Amino acid sequence: MEKRVTFKGWLLPLLLIAPQVAISAVFFFYPAGQAIWQSLFIPDPFGLSMQYVGLGNFEYLLSDPFYRQSFVTTAVFSTLVTLVSMVPALFLAVMADRLLKGAGVYRTLLIWPYAIAPAVAGVLWMFMFNTRVGVISWYLGQLGYDWNHVLNGGEAMGLVVVASAWGRISYNFLFFFAALQAVPRSVIEAAAIDGARFWRRFFTIVLPLLSPVTFFLLVVNVVYAFFETFGVIHTITSGGPQQSTTILVYKVFADGFVGQDLGSSAAQSVILLVVVGALTVVQFKYIEKRVHY
Amino acid sequence: MARERTGMVERRGAGLWLTHLGMIAGVLVIFFPIWLAFVASTVTQPEIVRPPMPLWPGDQFLANYRAALLSGVNVPVATMLLNSFVMAMGIALGKIVISLLSAFAIVYFRFPGRTLFFWLIFLTLMLPVEVRIVPTYEVVAGFGMLNSYSGLIFPLIASATATFLFRQFFLTVPDELAEAARVDGARPMRFFLDILLPMSRTNIAALFVILFIYGWNQYLWPLLITTDPEMNTIVMGIRQMFPSGDDVADWPVIMATSILAMIPPVFVVISMQRLFVRGLVDSEK
Repeated sequence: MEKRVTFKGWLLPLLLIAPQVAISAVFFFYPAGQAIWQSLFIPDPFGLSMQYVGLGNFEYLLSDPFYRQSFVTTAVFSTLVTLVSMVPALFLAVMADRLLKGAGVYRTLLIWPYAIAPAVAGVLWMFMFNTRVGVISWYLGQLGYDWNHVLNGGEAMGLVVVASAWGRISYNFLFFFAALQAVPRSVIEAAAIDGARFWRRFFTIVLPLLSPVTFFLLVVNVVYAFFETFGVIHTITSGGPQQSTTILVYKVFADGFVGQDLGSSAAQSVILLVVVGALTVVQFKYIEKRVHY
Repeated sequence: MARERTGMVERRGAGLWLTHLGMIAGVLVIFFPIWLAFVASTVTQPEIVRPPMPLWPGDQFLANYRAALLSGVNVPVATMLLNSFVMAMGIALGKIVISLLSAFAIVYFRFPGRTLFFWLIFLTLMLPVEVRIVPTYEVVAGFGMLNSYSGLIFPLIASATATFLFRQFFLTVPDELAEAARVDGARPMRFFLDILLPMSRTNIAALFVILFIYGWNQYLWPLLITTDPEMNTIVMGIRQMFPSGDDVADWPVIMATSILAMIPPVFVVISMQRLFVRGLVDSEK
């Protein structure tokens, strides 16, 4: 789409666009280019020179069992975060939609966790499950279950999943609730008159009508789980135990800043770049589709 | 969202109460972590380290919050709050200003390189800072911007989400307005300031809410570039309050800090709920 009416001149628009272009060039294109460039080299042990290794870093990464494990961890983590954040949100939204009064109050209350930073959410959940002082871990202990996410990889994964999904329940609830409110009442009532009970109406009418927003939320939540959960993992587990919660973004940080392995970290950045690119394409495809609805 | 509510398929009687009960249970479960943090911020350290801690607030509210705000652990939390505020405002306002200007240029002018710039800007949509973290750090270090507000702010406004939104909005503004302005001999910047900006008010406000929260909640970036505790932001500073090794964390102060860290974004979201929901739905479309 283009404007038919435009202003004349070329100096003014160049000046207007200059700040954004400058900031993008310095803080975006140059670093992104650097990441690609560095991914082709390995520094010598003293950091004095760089040796060109072509795709060596990538070959090394893809054959590295820790890196492959990190891919699996990320897949498990993002699938679980997406499920744990979407199913309760849909459930709550369906309930709220059935209320004539008070839905707004519940919405105001449910919105809270969305505003809370993932890192702060991490601290809150880590506090509840802390092995020494945690309330929930203490009660679990009373029930005879010995909770220890510091040693147990499965429990660590469960905890970072729940802490990451927590704030997203609010977000998904808002979208599901808005979509449910937009479902035409007449269709549902027609089905009700025909004798379809609630669950039947839900699965045959409401759920199909929710499919665009559900697909949208799937993509957005996967992107969130991939890239925005660093704070949760860093505050609760620091990637452990035994790397059982080291997702890809965490590994870029751990290898680049803690391990100082710049070539490998840069190669990991490039691989993530490809992943984001693919997810963005999926998202845009979806937007295109939605425009034609 | 005015929809006729005939009440035919809504819950009534026992079903209605069950639905309310379900919603209340959901809200309680979701609120529990926040409640627990609040309780922990109002009791004494011994009450927490001898589990189980109480589930009802104690009488140490003032003492704990005073300790957090004025002395903290490494640095007073008041300082971290100020740093977070400057960073969040800088990111929100900075991004809005540069995006308004560039969207105006892209939509209302034809100039050499326009298409190229357009695509260059839009490529930045694709790459979160987490991905290009090491080289971005080197750039910022090269400029001597470690431990500075500009180092906290600039790398995070290099993304085109806001530009994209303003472009979409400007395209829906009727052509007649620009035409009339041109006939009246108004210069482009007059048109921008007197007509386009006032029309964009709601969009700007909605975007502000989203960007403020985005900026306030940043974690990884401030963690990397603020080595000086005086420059810590509150969200990353909480983690720095935990002792390394086997020392016992000062839980009441840490939890008071967590509550303080969530108040500004929660306040912004609740008080601007309508705008926020709208901004959210728009920016993800």
